[in-house]
Amino acid sequence: MYSNKYVTIYTLVMTVIVSVLLALLFSGLKPIHDANEAVFKKRDILKAIEEYLPKPLDEMSDEEVLAMFEEQIEQQVLDAEGNVIEGIKADEIDLAKEEKKPVDERKYPVFIYNSDKGKLYLVAVRGNGLWDKIWGTIAFEEDFNTIAGVSFGHVGETPGLGAEITDNPAFPAQFKGKKIFEGDKYVSVSVVKGGVKDPEHQVDAITGATITSNGVTDMLKEGLEIYLPYFESQKKS
Amino acid sequence: MSEVATKKEGLFGKKERKMLIDPLNDNNPITVQVLGICSALAVTTLVSKALVMTIAVIFVLAFANLIVSLLRKGIPKQIRMIVQLVVIATLVTVVELTLKAVDYPIWKELSVYIGLIITNCIVMGRLEAFAMANKPWQSFLDGVGNGLGYGIILILVATAREIFGKGSFMGFQIIGPSADYLIDTTTNPWFSWYMPNNVMVLPAAALFVIGIIIWIQRSRNPKLIDIS
Repeated sequence: MYSNKYVTIYTLVMTVIVSVLLALLFSGLKPIHDANEAVFKKRDILKAIEEYLPKPLDEMSDEEVLAMFEEQIEQQVLDAEGNVIEGIKADEIDLAKEEKKPVDERKYPVFIYNSDKGKLYLVAVRGNGLWDKIWGTIAFEEDFNTIAGVSFGHVGETPGLGAEITDNPAFPAQFKGKKIFEGDKYVSVSVVKGGVKDPEHQVDAITGATITSNGVTDMLKEGLEIYLPYFESQKKS
Repeated sequence: MSEVATKKEGLFGKKERKMLIDPLNDNNPITVQVLGICSALAVTTLVSKALVMTIAVIFVLAFANLIVSLLRKGIPKQIRMIVQLVVIATLVTVVELTLKAVDYPIWKELSVYIGLIITNCIVMGRLEAFAMANKPWQSFLDGVGNGLGYGIILILVATAREIFGKGSFMGFQIIGPSADYLIDTTTNPWFSWYMPNNVMVLPAAALFVIGIIIWIQRSRNPKLIDIS
């Protein structure tokens, strides 16, 4: 047996050594972590408009992604009423943090990409899947009606089922060309089971992932609605 | 276990080799000792994930064994498990922070499971059973050996699950219902009946696969049957 004094000193010394070591490592690597995270997020956004980019995302280096954001993408931030706020960049907005604020204080990002085929407007949406949060970037053509592309993300949907919204490229690909307005009425795009009946506003659900699929429908319906006033004002100008 | 003699056998004597090779088969941590099943279920949907996990576990296991073995004479018996846990947790945090800096997308996918290496029973099991009573070099080898034994099963299970569940291997698409795959089941006349099996993607499938591996292993080597 060891004396209590020995045990106490041993514990103290060990804890101090370990905490200093880890603290140093953490603060040393923090800048790299932050940079990695920023690039990762930007890639996620660009994924929605991958086919409009000069080359596939996988072939773009991190520097090229950052340069593209710097040079070819305009960033705007909206308040809850859809008015553009000055002095803040869209990539500083994190919807996960925004949704914890009261509704009328939330801010929403818009990214505008100048492609060869006209401007593309990218907006962010966030909602609930089966197990946890899901989110998406939706790109619109200049008519603010036709979807140019989407990309989705999730925290922990079931692999092979709900996770197919990101893992299976065929799912997001279905959204291209869908329209969110029926005449003048906002109808959003729905994910439906058992075959698409209205090819303008519906896409096929994922088999066995009903709740995630419904989650995507709700996320789009509620998420895009917030941007409607902005779309209106842009159409007029 | 008593101190392993290394007299005049060099760094890779018979005993050292046995230490590395035994856990791969007859003393495999997953299939024979039945430890570390939890993470074997979670990270075996894709071979690439299993590979990263394997490397992380080998690193943690080898160095935890080494450090604990170096400290073994000074560790107060009353708090030895806490000391072991601190060593493991530190190494796991080092792995996680490094991975986050080196390959962010993989970290993003594995982060929860990397953290769970701390609770991987194999690591603590080896520290208690081996490193506390053996010299540093042997303990290090024991860690590498057990890490490899864990990794082999992980990769076997992941291979089966990825091929049958997703029709791919290491992200290379082999069989599936579109032109992106090597064998396109929509056009290939021989495989039009084939469908990727979604059950293989669910955690339960890992148990079936591990069960089959254990079955094969034990029927080939009946002396394992009495051990556990």
